[in-house]
Amino acid sequence: MTTKLLTALLLGTSILGSAGLAHAEDVTLNIESWRGDDLAIWKDKLIPAFEAKNPGIKVVFAPSAPTEYDAALGAKLAAGSAGDLITCRPFDKSLELFKKGNLADLSALPGMENFSPVAKSAWQTDDGKASFCVPMASVIHGFIYNKDAFEKLGIKIPTTRDEFFAALDKIKADGTYIPMAMGTKDLWEAATMGYQNIGPNYWKGEDGRAALIKGDQKLTDKDWVAPYEELAKWKPYLGDGFEAQTYPDSQNLFTLGRAAIYPAGSWEIGLFNTQAQFKMGAFPPPVEKAGDTCYISDHTDIGMGLNAGSKHADAAKTFLSWVASPDFATIYANALPGFFSLNSAPVKMADPLAQEFVSWRGKCKSTIRSTYQILSRGTPNLENETWVESANVINGTDTPEAAAKKLQTGLDSWYKPAK
Amino acid sequence: MAAEIRPKRPFRWHIGIFLAPAVLVYTAIMILPLAGTLQLSLFRNVNESQVFVGLANFRTLFGDPNWSVGFWNALKNNTWFFMIHMLVQNPIGVLLAALLSSPRLRFAAFYRTAIFVPTILSFVIVGFAWKLILSPLWGVAPHLMDLVGLKSLFTPWLGKEQYALTALSLISVWQFVGIPMMLIYAALLSIPEEVIEAAECDGITGLSQFWKIKLPLILPSIGIISILTFVGNFNAFDLIYTAQGALAGPNYSTDILGTFLYRAFFGFQLQVGDPNMGAAIATMMFLIILGGVCVYLFLVQTRLRRYQF
Repeated sequence: MTTKLLTALLLGTSILGSAGLAHAEDVTLNIESWRGDDLAIWKDKLIPAFEAKNPGIKVVFAPSAPTEYDAALGAKLAAGSAGDLITCRPFDKSLELFKKGNLADLSALPGMENFSPVAKSAWQTDDGKASFCVPMASVIHGFIYNKDAFEKLGIKIPTTRDEFFAALDKIKADGTYIPMAMGTKDLWEAATMGYQNIGPNYWKGEDGRAALIKGDQKLTDKDWVAPYEELAKWKPYLGDGFEAQTYPDSQNLFTLGRAAIYPAGSWEIGLFNTQAQFKMGAFPPPVEKAGDTCYISDHTDIGMGLNAGSKHADAAKTFLSWVASPDFATIYANALPGFFSLNSAPVKMADPLAQEFVSWRGKCKSTIRSTYQILSRGTPNLENETWVESANVINGTDTPEAAAKKLQTGLDSWYKPAK
Repeated sequence: MAAEIRPKRPFRWHIGIFLAPAVLVYTAIMILPLAGTLQLSLFRNVNESQVFVGLANFRTLFGDPNWSVGFWNALKNNTWFFMIHMLVQNPIGVLLAALLSSPRLRFAAFYRTAIFVPTILSFVIVGFAWKLILSPLWGVAPHLMDLVGLKSLFTPWLGKEQYALTALSLISVWQFVGIPMMLIYAALLSIPEEVIEAAECDGITGLSQFWKIKLPLILPSIGIISILTFVGNFNAFDLIYTAQGALAGPNYSTDILGTFLYRAFFGFQLQVGDPNMGAAIATMMFLIILGGVCVYLFLVQTRLRRYQF
């Protein structure tokens, strides 16, 4: 009885399956991703826009849970059942897939010329010769401020460090607001929103980062210690008990209107827009003297590559070229304010806060977080150590020099720069 | 008279058969994984394949300062974590049990339940709830201390290097004090009335009755509790992970062997996991716990006097 039913079912599906094949010559592309949050955007906006222009190619967005993504993708790639298009994590995780031959070389893909070298750096071999993912989005660091608070206290947007600290002093003296909403409990806030946010202005963005990788500069050099010296000065402006203040605490403190300045990443925009009841603005990390070149952390976060084993490589390449086009960039950046397209073509965005962030690309030079490429491959892990030491510096348990020395000693123990 | 030929005993199959289910299940879910861990710790990943390296992982763990500093720090913190439990949790557990077993206490069942409830709560809830209670921003702790004029004594305990581990140990004590209480309570109840009456006839009452009669009788239970605490503490991980994250901040001051193992084995953020070094740490944890249990079994347990009633 049951076998009969099973046979009937199997027969039925095979007939249906072949019927589907006979019907359409369509190619179906599957996208692997960890961004389940974006499912609606893909389904309702991005995929229809692509399919309208490219009849004959169907696209299915099939995300898995972020924590399972890397393991599940690895297993599927090994079994040959992975989707045609693969959403790429930045740096080493994708590089590893490329080295194993799971990701195809996309250096010659039409559309790749739309991206700057910094944008492509997250998905390139160490020598920069081969690119294997199309950059999709980045996040930008800066400071979000409470416009109402600034107006009430008569503070102008600070552009230099002196103005920045003068503004903090003024907010502190007034006492209505906590000058800056940041805690050190979760460690990464201190490193990501602190060190990597203000640092590029000191180490001159890409120049410093490249020199560090080459071994020409060390973390104990003046340019790399100075951001820690500034971080150490932040301590008096943070809220009471900031040592036990977590990341959600900081977010709430700011959106409830109790803090005036929030060292931010642009990914906060979506949440802050829905939660904050006051007007917000943003400014880039202040420079030393008015007129200095400013540098911002414009960190590459997500890209898309081609499964080297895909049976529909041509159709997939058509799709990737579209992902590299300004059309895609416009839809994506507007659907997810705070995740900025890496496309060189300017993208029109409706959200004023997101516009403010992205406008810095025009006047400042972009770089990525200094610890992400190459330097976090060994033990001790430079990124993790940077979290711990940045928190230590703000807590006052380590001096800037001691923190830098620890980081450099740890890095020296395994990293030998290629000469 | 010819020697009587002893009839050959038939092989007792039933013993093996009755033991088989337990042995099979235990082997499959305990012994095999343990052997797998030990084996993993002797290998290393070289060019995408596992190569036998003998004790090289252990030499790295103890010889390379990048690993050894972290390991000794975790072991030191773990020992402190254990000591707080021994010095605070178990005496309080005994005290509570003694109070509960007092016949004059009313609502004993209510107290017993209330004190035991945290034990059955999830670590995630406990970690999160205490993080909120102690939060300097919205926590009730600073507010309550303010009401009694002790605000100046409040500090963000979980964020300070010198206090965080002790604070977390005390949270864990709060959660688990119900277990020693219950075990001791059961032991106290099982002391026969005759013994107590005999003591009373001899004029031993009140506190001296507790010290001279009851305490010696519950010592074996206290021994069991100590060893349970030891094993539990050196395997601990959840509370630190939920309250402080995998990096066990600030500055690794709350890093215990469990979190150290987690970071090594599974990796964290940009750090890629190294299962072989992780297995080496897990092996050390196993040996430490094995050593502790052996010390207890051979040195303490054999000297405990047991009373038969």
